Amino acid sequence: MRAYRDEFPVLHQQVRGKPLVYLDNAATTQKPQCVIDAVSRYYRHDNANVHRGVHALSERATAQYEAARTTIQQFFNAAHRHEIIFVRGATEGINLVANSWGMSNLRPGDEILLTGMEHHSNIVPWQMLCERTGAVLKVLPIDDDGALCMDALPQLITERTKLLGVVHLSNALGTINPIASLIEKAHAVGAKVLVDGAQSAAHMAIDLQALDVDFFVTSAHKMYGPTGVGILYGKASLLDAMPPYQGGGDMILTVSFEASTYNSLPYKFEAGTPNIAGVIGFAAAVNFLQKIGLVGIAAHEAMLLDHATKQAERFEGLRLIGTAAEKASVLSFVMKGVHPHDLGTIVDAQGVAIRAGHHCAMPVMQRFGLPATARASFALYNNEADIDALFCALDKAQRMFA
Amino acid sequence: MLYFALWTKHSGCLLKGGGVFDLRDLYQQVIVDHNKNPRNYGILAEANHHADGHNPLCGDQLHIDILTDDEGKIIDARFEGEGCAISVASASLMTEAMKGKSVAEFETLFDAFQHMVTADLDAMANEEVLGKLTVLAGVKEFPSRIKCAILCWHTSRTALADKKEVAVTE
Repeated sequence: MRAYRDEFPVLHQQVRGKPLVYLDNAATTQKPQCVIDAVSRYYRHDNANVHRGVHALSERATAQYEAARTTIQQFFNAAHRHEIIFVRGATEGINLVANSWGMSNLRPGDEILLTGMEHHSNIVPWQMLCERTGAVLKVLPIDDDGALCMDALPQLITERTKLLGVVHLSNALGTINPIASLIEKAHAVGAKVLVDGAQSAAHMAIDLQALDVDFFVTSAHKMYGPTGVGILYGKASLLDAMPPYQGGGDMILTVSFEASTYNSLPYKFEAGTPNIAGVIGFAAAVNFLQKIGLVGIAAHEAMLLDHATKQAERFEGLRLIGTAAEKASVLSFVMKGVHPHDLGTIVDAQGVAIRAGHHCAMPVMQRFGLPATARASFALYNNEADIDALFCALDKAQRMFA
Repeated sequence: MLYFALWTKHSGCLLKGGGVFDLRDLYQQVIVDHNKNPRNYGILAEANHHADGHNPLCGDQLHIDILTDDEGKIIDARFEGEGCAISVASASLMTEAMKGKSVAEFETLFDAFQHMVTADLDAMANEEVLGKLTVLAGVKEFPSRIKCAILCWHTSRTALADKKEVAVTE
């Protein structure tokens, strides 16, 4: 992986007079030169609106935009390219499903089952949906290690369950959830499953057909791609039956003041001029990931997490939050006597970027009785020296507050 | 102060011009001490003004009790809550500073404190009014931490105005 670090220009800088150590990858990853180039090349040479013009630039823009859809379809092994809907990100993908599928399928008393480790983006849209439909939200709890309490599942997943929303990889804890088994159990009671892959997609190979998942969302910016773009994957049969989410250009066939007819998939869900440059950059990021290979990336990051976990366990006064057996790329912790925000500022002064806060997962914080945690999260370009720099900075913080 | 990092609102970038960065500018010993041993911590049962403060972005929670006399002089003040060293030290120092002040004097102090932590870097703090509170001047070099220092002040202002709302820093 060492060679790939050189491909990320932003990493080669000093912050606060120290070499940057970027360990906030769960918030967003840095971008390799090939992604920056793809976005820049598009604006320099091919910028035009898609699906509209007959001129050369529009045809080039359209061709690249649609080629990106195929790249992403193949990366996740979706059955059809029209099952890949470009959205602003995972959050918009979830809102689309909640509004479109949710409003047409949920009745009062129906249940939506979430887990105790969901990101706010996979909680709030469902709460809003429950308020509008009279459906009821249920929550699969998490144990002291930050793993799902699978024993509690049989009581919670019943014929009333219409949808299970589950995060693949927890951004706050690092837990990898057993989504294959959850999907199987949900399907056994007739429930649909939405998997939030915002955190997982850059860290492990995902085969949507093998998983048989109904809906899957992710964001490009956590996969070395641009911000403001992501995908909703949905099984074609489900997407076909769903009403449009937003109205506008590109999602229609005909419009008159009496009535409009809607375009077919995927365009039915892509109203307005999309983030064309973002989509092209997203495909470049996916190509970059494929070139390196997710198996190698996962192995490298597992080594980093292991190295970090061992140092954390030796560090007196440090408590890991999230110690599930299956984990990836996230080290969440608290230090006795030092608030996470102070930790964040102090390690930042050593050039080390980590996140401090509730990680948009307040229920996880409540579960562990904490206002916040500090979180280091890893990417393919991190190395053991980055982790050593983190623990050196943490040691400094501890001594400062002693 | 001037030899420390310069932050510009436009670039959001520290260390402009390669200035020397010293964490002790933010975490001065007084702050570390007030965080470890906060003064006026706890509930003031006889208080006649109360308010809660909340910083949803970082989860800081604060409760402030203030006792004023008939003339509107602050007799006593206490706080309770959870937060970072900056927010705890700020509340500790604030409750010390406000005792014996009139509500009008508190407002003067509020304005001087707010100016100190939010004004341009080269603006001088009003040391005459602020006294010991100037140890928090370093906060303005850390834009993401200004709210930590100022939440307790907004909470006290809300308490003294007898507003029923939860104080925020916006």
